[in-house]
Amino acid sequence: MFKIVKKEILNPLVKLMEIEAPYVARKAEPGQFIILRTDEMGERIPLTIADYDRSKGTITIIFQEVGKTTQVLGAMNEGDSILDFAGPLGVASHLDGIKKAAVIGGGLGTAIAYPQAKKLHENGAVVHSIVGFRNKDLIVLEKEMKEVSTELFVTTDDGSNGNKGFVTDELKKLLESGNQYDLVIAIGPLVMMKFVSKLTKEYGVKTIVSMNPVMIDGTGMCGGCRVTVGGKTKFACVDGPDFDGHLVDFDEAIRRQSMYKREEEKVSKEHKCKLGGALDG
Amino acid sequence: MANMSLEKVNMPVQEPNKRNKNFQEVALGYTEDMAMEEAQRCLHCKHKPCVNGCPVNVQIPDFIKLVSEGKFQEAYEKITETNNLPAICGRVCPQESQCEKLCVRGIKGEPVGIGRLERFVADWAMKNNKTSEPKNDKLNQKVAILGSGPAGLSCAADLAKMGYSVTIFEAFHAAGGVLMYGIPEFRLPKDLVQKEIENVKKLGVEIKTNMVIGKVMSIDEIMEEGFEAVFIGAGAGLPRFMGIPGENLNGVYSANEFLTRINLMKAYKFPEYDTPVKVGKNVAVVGGGNVAMDAARSAKRLGAKSVFIVYRRSENEMPARIEELHHAKEEGIIFKLLTNPTKIIGTCDGWVKGMECISMELGEADSSGRRRPVEKEGSEHIIDVETVVIAIGQSPNPLISSTTPDLEVQKWGGIVTDEETGATSKPGVYAGGDIVTGAATVILAMGAGKKAAKAIDEYLQSAK
Repeated sequence: MFKIVKKEILNPLVKLMEIEAPYVARKAEPGQFIILRTDEMGERIPLTIADYDRSKGTITIIFQEVGKTTQVLGAMNEGDSILDFAGPLGVASHLDGIKKAAVIGGGLGTAIAYPQAKKLHENGAVVHSIVGFRNKDLIVLEKEMKEVSTELFVTTDDGSNGNKGFVTDELKKLLESGNQYDLVIAIGPLVMMKFVSKLTKEYGVKTIVSMNPVMIDGTGMCGGCRVTVGGKTKFACVDGPDFDGHLVDFDEAIRRQSMYKREEEKVSKEHKCKLGGALDG
Repeated sequence: MANMSLEKVNMPVQEPNKRNKNFQEVALGYTEDMAMEEAQRCLHCKHKPCVNGCPVNVQIPDFIKLVSEGKFQEAYEKITETNNLPAICGRVCPQESQCEKLCVRGIKGEPVGIGRLERFVADWAMKNNKTSEPKNDKLNQKVAILGSGPAGLSCAADLAKMGYSVTIFEAFHAAGGVLMYGIPEFRLPKDLVQKEIENVKKLGVEIKTNMVIGKVMSIDEIMEEGFEAVFIGAGAGLPRFMGIPGENLNGVYSANEFLTRINLMKAYKFPEYDTPVKVGKNVAVVGGGNVAMDAARSAKRLGAKSVFIVYRRSENEMPARIEELHHAKEEGIIFKLLTNPTKIIGTCDGWVKGMECISMELGEADSSGRRRPVEKEGSEHIIDVETVVIAIGQSPNPLISSTTPDLEVQKWGGIVTDEETGATSKPGVYAGGDIVTGAATVILAMGAGKKAAKAIDEYLQSAK
């Protein structure tokens, strides 16, 4: 069992938890992920490691309540325990030797982009961070990102924070004004990563994206997380989750992401009904 | 006087047309009377040919004699002297190519039903809550076992019996390895697997789940924590794909994923359990081994109307056990033999709608001694299916070997070991089971675990 030592509500949809998992914390690096299961009937879901504290032996996860498992997780509190928590899985991001980088986070992807920006910052790199949200109420980790970025740009789709636009608009401006990046890291919805990669390809800037497909074991055993990269099939769990954004077949990834949509909606809806029933009763 | 019937006492099974709609066990097991009657068919040959066919050396005539006398507890103790997982072996061992193959009664008629008797004894002991008493001369030495499948469990149990302090590290949330994620409930009930594992724990073995060795810790780090020897039984966990167009369409599974969803994650109980699995009206399973049979029979149980086994050779070359083939046929699985997939065809939104195949004929024998299938030109045809499960084999999982630089590995990924001892190129590190041989059987993995346990004991005692 893995104890929740801290819970924070970042916005109405997004929660942060610090989980006691000393073995995982000892080895965790930016770019890696964990797999958790909340209870005996639950699914195994992958979540990217948002932060880690080796001395406290904790792993931070940040998640949005999009399906049943994340809803169940979100309803848990400090002091509760998660049944299963395995990691750190996947290959850590290669950030050594990068002098100047643009780190892009889309929505919840910001939580995953944060440890990368932090590591780059610790390595002494110039970090331009661009994070985008649908509206200003959904903005998360602005303060944290600011601390580890040379410059931070926050965009909103509806302009409610005073900076209307997409992350790609901001990135384009930076590239246009002559910024030369060794690396662009894009983390967020598949569509966003697709368009960032398309843009950086035009400018010939190396880009890595973090894939988060459906998977079960996270150790290379099921092959459910297949991603086509440069025409070859890769397993996101052991070959990734970072891949060259210019080579990823995003359209296939978007299609595969939707494979269990109907089933996910079914269990999520039934879960909500049950909760609703309990509240009414 | 021996029972001279030429046939085994029949074992009751669920009716094919009933069982292909549920996940309960197919074979129902002997009653006490049936077991005693079957046990009387054993001739108690002095040279015990059957024992030579058993990778874990079960004293077969001895335990069968005890069964014939109705001494079931004693029979159980006799079996567990050498076999740590009898309820499992009695169900999934290929007895027809091991102990029963060498049975003298098999020369004329059917061999003694050794597997059925082993299963009966183990189930009897479980039902009556009997376990073997552990011997407990504690040695103050720690051994780590990586993987809790048949190889790891059998190695761990033997070492614990010798008095070592044994810890198993398991990557999944549940112990059992392929016994939990691979073999379906209807062949090997999971509560029974857990009971056998409980018995191993009673010997003093500790099992740590959620520990992905190679990621969370390396072998060197394990040894730094005071473990003096390590046994790697991490299995053949890497699924093979065919490399044909359309394999990443929605609705294409590796057998590993398909079976893990169903068995370990209990997708057959969705939505009671949260993990779903997609099974179309028509399903093609590619491959001819036991895993292919398991996947096909599972698909049928999940409501598929037509389930095809697509295999490129003929039935004679199929690696699946005859019993499994027979059960699959009874349950209505359709065999498309001498047929090889060339392409998976998708709908415009990326879901499987068919599989293009080509017919094959058998040519000259290849290196495996089986006749090589050759394509028949112009024989391409399409099978309409919405789900494709690829069951053409697994390779050893590289997570451990890739993080242990001084571990010698074959080109195809298997760990190099000494055949007799399981010793690897790294001192104090042993390996056995599918991670060494590539995908094989439960009992061979158990045999390898046993051998390694003996070798580890000798290594640790001589190092003193």
